[in-house]
Amino acid sequence: MEIIKTDVAIVGAGGAGLRAAIALAEADPKLRIALISKVYPMRSHTCAAEGGAAGVIKSDDSLALHFNDTVGGGDWLSDQDAVEYFINEAPKELTQLEHWGCPWSREPDGSVAVRPFGGMKIKRTWFAADKSGFHILHTLFQTSLKYPSIQRFDEYYATDLLVEDGRCQGLTALEIRNGEMKQFQAGAVIIAAGGGGKMFPFTTNGNIKTGDGMALAYRAGTPLKDMEFVQYHPTGLPNNGILLTEGCRGEGGILLNKDGRRYLQDYGMGPETPVGQPVLKTMELGPRDRLSQAFWGEQQKGNTVTTPWGDCVLLDMRHLGEKKIDERLPLVRDLCISYLGKDPVKEPIPIRPVVHYMMGGIHTDLQAATRLPGLFAAGECACVSINGANRLGSNSLTELLVFGRRAALSAMAHLQSNQTPSSDAALAAKAKASQNRIQALFDKSDGTETIAGLRQEMMDTMEANVGIYRTGEGLAAACEKISELRQRYANIALTDKTHVYNTDLMQALELGSMLDCAEAVTVGARDRKESRGAHQRLDFTARDDENLLKHSLAHYHPTEPPRIEYLDVVITKSQPGVRDYSGAKK
Amino acid sequence: MSELQKRQIQLEVLRYNPETDTAPRYQTYSVPCLDEWVVLDALNYVKDHLDPTLSYRWSCHMAVCGSCGMMVNGEPKLACKAFIHEYADQIKVEPMANFPIERDLVTSVEDFITKLASVKPYLIPKEDKPISAGEFKQTPAELKKFKQYTLCINCMLCYAACPQYGLVPEFLGPAAISMAHRYNQDSRDGGRDQRQEVVASNEGVWECSFVGACSEVCPKHVDPAGALQQVKVASTIDWYKEHLMPWVTK
Amino acid sequence: MSGKPYIREISKTTWFLSQPRYKRYMAREVTCIFIFAYTFLLIVALARLAQGPEAFQEFLNALRSPLGVLFNVAVLIATVYHSMSWFNVTPQAMPIQRGEEFVPGKIIVGAHYGAWAVVSLIILILGV
Repeated sequence: MEIIKTDVAIVGAGGAGLRAAIALAEADPKLRIALISKVYPMRSHTCAAEGGAAGVIKSDDSLALHFNDTVGGGDWLSDQDAVEYFINEAPKELTQLEHWGCPWSREPDGSVAVRPFGGMKIKRTWFAADKSGFHILHTLFQTSLKYPSIQRFDEYYATDLLVEDGRCQGLTALEIRNGEMKQFQAGAVIIAAGGGGKMFPFTTNGNIKTGDGMALAYRAGTPLKDMEFVQYHPTGLPNNGILLTEGCRGEGGILLNKDGRRYLQDYGMGPETPVGQPVLKTMELGPRDRLSQAFWGEQQKGNTVTTPWGDCVLLDMRHLGEKKIDERLPLVRDLCISYLGKDPVKEPIPIRPVVHYMMGGIHTDLQAATRLPGLFAAGECACVSINGANRLGSNSLTELLVFGRRAALSAMAHLQSNQTPSSDAALAAKAKASQNRIQALFDKSDGTETIAGLRQEMMDTMEANVGIYRTGEGLAAACEKISELRQRYANIALTDKTHVYNTDLMQALELGSMLDCAEAVTVGARDRKESRGAHQRLDFTARDDENLLKHSLAHYHPTEPPRIEYLDVVITKSQPGVRDYSGAKK
Repeated sequence: MSELQKRQIQLEVLRYNPETDTAPRYQTYSVPCLDEWVVLDALNYVKDHLDPTLSYRWSCHMAVCGSCGMMVNGEPKLACKAFIHEYADQIKVEPMANFPIERDLVTSVEDFITKLASVKPYLIPKEDKPISAGEFKQTPAELKKFKQYTLCINCMLCYAACPQYGLVPEFLGPAAISMAHRYNQDSRDGGRDQRQEVVASNEGVWECSFVGACSEVCPKHVDPAGALQQVKVASTIDWYKEHLMPWVTK
Repeated sequence: MSGKPYIREISKTTWFLSQPRYKRYMAREVTCIFIFAYTFLLIVALARLAQGPEAFQEFLNALRSPLGVLFNVAVLIATVYHSMSWFNVTPQAMPIQRGEEFVPGKIIVGAHYGAWAVVSLIILILGV
């Protein structure tokens, strides 16, 4: 097996991975940086983010307001020291991106423009039309090309971390182009491999979002945190889950039920605001969890519109006019016309909530360090946690940058602690074990299960039981089913027994990652007997700060369900309170 | 609303596996499609239900990640934006033209990435400015001047459409030169001279004969052909300035 | 195990037959031969003029022959096609930004046609 020696190995080359790589390259040009990704960097799912990135820059805004919006939006499950660090770094990171050429939308005077977003008291979302994530990703990718010390390993699938002497010292990865296994020896490893929304059938997430990074850390023995918190974005196209940015509502779009009523006023987010004059933190500018829950309520009442793709509500943007839509929401218009055959300039768009983001992920501290020395994580795959029980729109793109860089700095500090690497033989033995695991999967010929079949059962289970509202009964059934699927996974066999771009093998590995993550989600959800943020239980409808103002940590077991441990939330300035998205109380 | 239309499609796919094939061959799959599907959905149906050995790249399913470029009935398309309802019942799918086939619908990306990197596709600021001094000012008009060229998703369909790239593989190509142009046109950038060496070379913009196919197939309406002609005009002006009016540049 | 990517050969001589847009491109390029031919004709005219009035009259007679007329008509059609194909792409090659907006392509193309008409008119008046 070829050995590649490097100082820092980064798994994932989306926003967080690229930001980390650039930070390392800038800090010390002599560092050897291996940027490993299962896709070319510009294919990473950061590119699909639309609305923008939050950072305090305008004079009417303040760090305190960003702090309060984030912590309240997260239903007080955010670690407040992490939020503090995050909001402080946010403007610097967004400005840095501007200096790297990001085409942020502008005010007439040439300063960076900001737009309103859900759950934010003040407009503070930097945006590049409605392709913000795309521009952030490409700006980072193109900037990374400046640095010769960033060596990219595109289309390499990371299979296992190399843990020896209690430290993470590298990883093994499969070169997809030829099926060869490579051993990366690294002083530190940063995982920045994104979320795992593909465990759900109806999601804004791309095909690559299969939780591989989370599973990588999880299987290596470091826990996943708060996995039960899965965000539904309230506005997805009903036929394929394509995201229509929160910017639609930020710019003034309204939500209507089948009777043309702006139903959000019936869910504590009223009173109704004038059409075309959105009021922050009210009505359509409430947070994502509340809006998705309101949809469920309308569905229960029979107030939704019936479409060939199921129950929907309507997103009406007609009053914005063609000019504003083309300037601020060109992608949204294109997506609606192309994929649904409806022009938002001319008609309301049927939408429904869609799985979008995982608040949970690899447990890290404020320094982006996991419990496994030498292993760091950033981006959606990590849980610092700034997002708590519900992420505010436009905080995640900023998070990529802030904690991507933070992970790089921490990895540097770890390298400077000068720990002697374990012997080549010891690491090679670990790598060999990983290779054997993949080889066994590859060679197995008597399997009775199919990848597509198991994947479908997993998705159906998650959709049916781990949605916007959950019940103890449903969650128990989901836990049992996912556990069963994990066992049956041992019984799959590949159809494709060749080595070049074997996507059958890739899908098998990705399914394994998703099942591991899905079990952490279901068990975490079953055991959290309260309703908080994106985790809503019909059998435990209240938030339980007395017992459950805690993070859940899921510890991996190869054959059994995870063990759940609880960890106190860091509260510094803001005591848990009532989340108020009602304009009436102003 | 009416029920979704169903159709049986014959999907003819060019397949190639370097371990088992000496040359590409066609394989036809009969796929039950919904009329609102895209070709990518049909391929996913094949992968999940008919033939797990079929290989292709895809991710976002919303025409922004640029993974799923391929030839659909001979035309460079993103499979996620090639709508079944726009085709007859027989659809031919092949890997992107002008690129080596790695396997099935997967083609080599390395040449493009190398070329993209060679044009220094990043901001080379006119002036240094610390982060603490805030953002560079840029008016909406200055932004609009280059905005269109920032929309390139690197899907490489323009290379698949460009006959010049097919005939002269050294050609830097539409997307890479457009990206150089994007930074050259950015009011914050001062790196044009550094890019010109590569961009204005024989393998650069002068290899382009303005077929215009790149712009016709671009799924993001970037208009690389326009960018290349603008680069030619600017480079020509450079040449005249240098050779006929040396006092202007000195 | 290493991959051996398959390279599809492209015919150096018939590649442009594969797509309508390549054929259109070739038509644009081929029509320039007619413009070259007409330029050559003008040089011949100058040479004949230099040889004296008789020689020039012979040249004019040749132009008025059926073959000469046919040649002129063919050149005219080819030139019009060639010019139009270039006029139509000028907005791409020479965009004009006024304030924030770009001048619509139609106006740039229209200006070319307008200038063409004016120049043709002047020549026509001078010629008559």
